[in-house]
Amino acid sequence: MALVPEEAPAVKPPPPVEIDPAVARAYWAKTSTLMWTTLAIWFVASFVVHLFAPSLNAIHILGFPLGFYMAAQGSLIVFVVTLFWFARRQNQIDEEFGVAEE
Amino acid sequence: MAQQKDAFLSQLNKIYGGYVGGFAVFVLLLAGLEQMGVPNRVIGYLFVALTIGVYAYIGILSRTMQVSEYYVAGRRVPAIYNGMATGSDWMSAASFIGMAGSLYALGYGGLAFILGWTGGYMLVAVLIAPYLRKFGQYTVPDFLGARYGGNLARFVGVTVLITASFVYVVAQIVGVGIITQRFLDVSFAVAVFIGLGGILVCSMLGGMRAVTWTQVAQYIVLIIAYLIPAILMSVKLTGVPIPQLMYGIALEKIEALEATMRAAGQVMLPHTQAFAGPNQQFDLNRAINFFALVFCLMVGTASLPHILMRYFTTPSVREARQSVAWSLFFIFLLYFTAPAYAAFAKLEVYQNVIGQRIDALPAWLENWRLMSPYGVPWVNVVDRNNDGILQLAEFSIHPDVIVLATPEIAGLPYVIAGLVAAGGLAAALSTADGLLLAIANALSHDIYYRMIDRHAPTKRRLIVARTILISVAVVAAYTAGHLGADILFLVAWAFSIAAAGLFAALVLGVWDKKTNSTGAIAGMVVGYVVTFGYLLWSEFAGLSMIELVGSKEAIIRAYQQYVAIPTIAAEAKAPIQALLANQAAITDGPLHGGIFWGQTVVLRNRVTCQLWAINNISGGIFGVPLAFLVTYVVSRLTTAPSQAMQDFIESIRIPRGGVKLVDREHAVD
Repeated sequence: MALVPEEAPAVKPPPPVEIDPAVARAYWAKTSTLMWTTLAIWFVASFVVHLFAPSLNAIHILGFPLGFYMAAQGSLIVFVVTLFWFARRQNQIDEEFGVAEE
Repeated sequence: MAQQKDAFLSQLNKIYGGYVGGFAVFVLLLAGLEQMGVPNRVIGYLFVALTIGVYAYIGILSRTMQVSEYYVAGRRVPAIYNGMATGSDWMSAASFIGMAGSLYALGYGGLAFILGWTGGYMLVAVLIAPYLRKFGQYTVPDFLGARYGGNLARFVGVTVLITASFVYVVAQIVGVGIITQRFLDVSFAVAVFIGLGGILVCSMLGGMRAVTWTQVAQYIVLIIAYLIPAILMSVKLTGVPIPQLMYGIALEKIEALEATMRAAGQVMLPHTQAFAGPNQQFDLNRAINFFALVFCLMVGTASLPHILMRYFTTPSVREARQSVAWSLFFIFLLYFTAPAYAAFAKLEVYQNVIGQRIDALPAWLENWRLMSPYGVPWVNVVDRNNDGILQLAEFSIHPDVIVLATPEIAGLPYVIAGLVAAGGLAAALSTADGLLLAIANALSHDIYYRMIDRHAPTKRRLIVARTILISVAVVAAYTAGHLGADILFLVAWAFSIAAAGLFAALVLGVWDKKTNSTGAIAGMVVGYVVTFGYLLWSEFAGLSMIELVGSKEAIIRAYQQYVAIPTIAAEAKAPIQALLANQAAITDGPLHGGIFWGQTVVLRNRVTCQLWAINNISGGIFGVPLAFLVTYVVSRLTTAPSQAMQDFIESIRIPRGGVKLVDREHAVD
């Protein structure tokens, strides 16, 4: 840790850029669709699946009652995977519309 | 100098790799010392002293006199490292010590915490973090100030931030106190101030920069400390070192043992069954409270400023998004292990404790029959039917000791117990650091610099920031020392308060151009007042609430509960007893009937009221939708935001280029 220096120059924010309003609108429409898709996955994994927990519990896999497993691990795996997917997908959209950072 | 900085960043992997190796050697060394007969107490001391020493060393090396370094670590923290730092910022004593314990006690019901404290990151990543990063600047109230035109919005934001963060930080300091007290053998009040010293050396000199690099170090300690005992227990019980996969076997055995005990007439909450009470019947109230809690914890996650401010530190919007995914991954590593921890501990208790002769119980049980700060022993055994055999109902263990005592329960060497204590301490310290910094930054940056002295020189700003940091820390430690463990339930409140106060304003600020200042401020105030008010009222004056919304029967039941609480003084009970003596005069509450009804339960030696049977830790369930509704309706009824404001929102939505501020007053520096 001895390498942590005393000072570092402040980073200057870049100047605002003008984006064609039509491009901006299309970009935001696509971003919004991705937002709703991701939130739909979130809603299903957070709430909908667990509404069926009592019936899912009748199924056992490796000793795990499935309803319990979904709340303890299944939904969590869905969250992690979806988030990495989301970050990749949104970056692709940024590049598609030429609005990614330089 | 810039080159030196890059040298540090490019060597991060090497530096932290060396740190992991060093920590492993240290643990092995202590294990060796234990074998050579060094007393347990010395091992406990070495663990606590050396880990705090390392954090302090990093904190001192990262000292800075630059504003952007102090507030946002120079915006140079790579996504993965910011993910680790967020992980330890996030996982507090409640996650590390409390969660497996809740799972042990509640079974399926405890999974609400697992779901709620992970799923919220989806909301952070999709709705908020990238846009806050694009906005730049230093704090969450900075955003509210710029988006909602000025100091009123900023001030309301600061108020919510401080309320939520303060109750949270007090709970962390209590957690530090409990661990330090147990492993250093000092009184609780002294332990709190030792912990405070550990927190301050990390954050005071280097602000966000020091906190970031210490939190990474703390994450490494806490995850190792959590995984190792779980792996060892998995090996012991199943022979395979993958606890997350193998505890299915433990769950199966627990179900079988529960069935046997139930057949013998004993009563217990089923471990795996969803939404079921001790009688195994479906219980609608449990289901409603489960989902309400999941909702509040998730939305709270996406509103707690000490988490959101971590995403100001990444180099770009792109990295901010990736960083949220990494944060969740690092948190997931602990959270998907917690149910395994709980299941192994429960199996161990069911197999080797319950049904044994009381005069031949395992030794660890004696070690934990100490008095807890809650007024009952951590582990309690009472032979109610005098048959010399321990039945389930005769055994109680406080959820908070499950994680700390599990190494001993499983018969692991003491060095593992020391490791777990070091991990719990890392969890509590890192969260306390982040929270204190959030509070101190709000006061020094948002109140002092933005609202009081706009022209303060850099040096004075940083001195003010440090002075405030120390003052807040001392006040928090004083509160923790005086209120003690009774305050831990407030952790869940922090989520509801932040959720109701901030979530609507943050989300609509980015996603709805029509939301204006009046609407947002009204929404924040209504959400905050309703939620915080409901929490205080239902917790501390539950009787007056049930008198308003309860049926005659519910009110009588509440009175009976009240007079039966042993810690309430006789004078306070007298008027209630008088009311009970004349039950015919008691009528339904004035608001009862129609849509209102309620019930009461005795919690923490108080009669707490539950409107519509919602437990008050899920109080945000009322405040969050209300805040959205008020923000939306008021915004539509008043003047729409100016064109300049709409351009500002546009510029925040797009990663490329700078931010078009409406007013230069809101610019940084």
